[in-house]
Amino acid sequence: MTDWSGYIGLILQGALVTLQLTVMGSALALVMAFVAGLGRVSRFIAVRALATTYIEFFRGTSIFVQLFWVYFVLPFAGVTLSPLQAGVLALGLNVGAYGAEVVRGAVKAIGREQREACIALNLTRGQAMRHVILPQALPLMLPTFCNNAIELLKGTAVVSLISLTDMTFQAQVVRAQTGNTLIPFATILVLYFLMALAISTAMRWLERRVTRGLDGVRT
Amino acid sequence: MAAPIIRIDNIVKRYGPLTVLDGLSMEVLPGEKLALIGPSGSGKTTILRILMTLETISDGHIEVDGDQLYHMPKNGGLVPADDRHLHRMREKIGMVFQHFNLFPHKCVLDNVTLAPMLTKGVAKAAAEKRAMELLDMVGLADKAKNMPAQLSGGQKQRVAIARALALSPKIMLFDEVTSALDPELVEEVLNVMRKLASETDMTMLLVTHEMGFAHDFADRILFFDRGRIVEEGKPDEIFRNPRQERTQTFLRKIIAAGHRV
Repeated sequence: MTDWSGYIGLILQGALVTLQLTVMGSALALVMAFVAGLGRVSRFIAVRALATTYIEFFRGTSIFVQLFWVYFVLPFAGVTLSPLQAGVLALGLNVGAYGAEVVRGAVKAIGREQREACIALNLTRGQAMRHVILPQALPLMLPTFCNNAIELLKGTAVVSLISLTDMTFQAQVVRAQTGNTLIPFATILVLYFLMALAISTAMRWLERRVTRGLDGVRT
Repeated sequence: MAAPIIRIDNIVKRYGPLTVLDGLSMEVLPGEKLALIGPSGSGKTTILRILMTLETISDGHIEVDGDQLYHMPKNGGLVPADDRHLHRMREKIGMVFQHFNLFPHKCVLDNVTLAPMLTKGVAKAAAEKRAMELLDMVGLADKAKNMPAQLSGGQKQRVAIARALALSPKIMLFDEVTSALDPELVEEVLNVMRKLASETDMTMLLVTHEMGFAHDFADRILFFDRGRIVEEGKPDEIFRNPRQERTQTFLRKIIAAGHRV
């Protein structure tokens, strides 16, 4: 009879790595999404071109290839990253490219009338963006950001390819050592699901918070 | 006679192949209340939008309060205005829109205080004090903490007026401010504007289809058609004895549609 507690502990250690990757990757993705998304609506053509290139490149190539580049090719350029750093960088840049389009779409969705009110009130572009456009665009971004974060969570499994001991990697170790397939894979299935559930619950809460008052219901 | 506060000199506005304003010139005196009337598409709203720098002009010059609006002096000549110049010019002008354009994510008070705090660096307490005075003036002091979505159209428009006034502009532009309102809410907005006209010496330009209000409110009426001023004069002249046939036809149609003159 196998003593499962040790093996489950191994998978939980992996879960911690997955969690780390997800949190740090999402943080980087969020920053990239805003930088590139706002870059896309910049009035400077060079900024727009740069943002577009970033987005098209990272959406248009595989996350596997991006990860290999970050981990195996960058060292030739003198940049050596730990597997965790490489994983966060590749995931953040990849998902950030998708997020950037979400930011751009939401910003564009705030209509001409609001922009004209800002001009009439003599706000600068930056002030208008910060105080008027973005606060209204944010609620529009959240549902898709939630999708992106869950995609990122599930995408973290690719880092096992660069020897990072995430949840999926550990499950395979456990499977190899115990010969049991069902238990390790069922465990990570449930764990991934719970993490995704936590993300969507948190996002729903956030969405309620940022849309408060917009519908005219007093809160 | 005082020098004009607005001097529009031969301006042209084109949208692609369509010429909306073709060599239009007009002047507005300080403190004057001016009503722009005419059929839709005649260019009257475009003039307000140009004065608010929401549009650009294809040709011509505009002088506001002694300075060029779309140009600035450089090396003895005039060059197109940069952002800084436009910001400086916009301080003189405020605008109220047909669809209010309130900020839906901010309460009434914050809608009014936002611009003074950001553009003039007014402290929060001072901005709020001034905002409450203005909200009191438009009869909405008790709604200061409400969100725009909780207000009626007439209330929203009154907030929009207070918001524009908070920057103390010399010139106020009103673009069909009652057109989006239910008929029973029109009067409360017009009352605020009457009060404003009687209590301040602000220059006011008004695009409207409320002929009765234009008659009572304005010092001078400009009748527009196809991007040109067809006729101008005192309200009584325009409404009782229009000289141009185009004006007569327009007024007949408006009266037939049930508008009071």
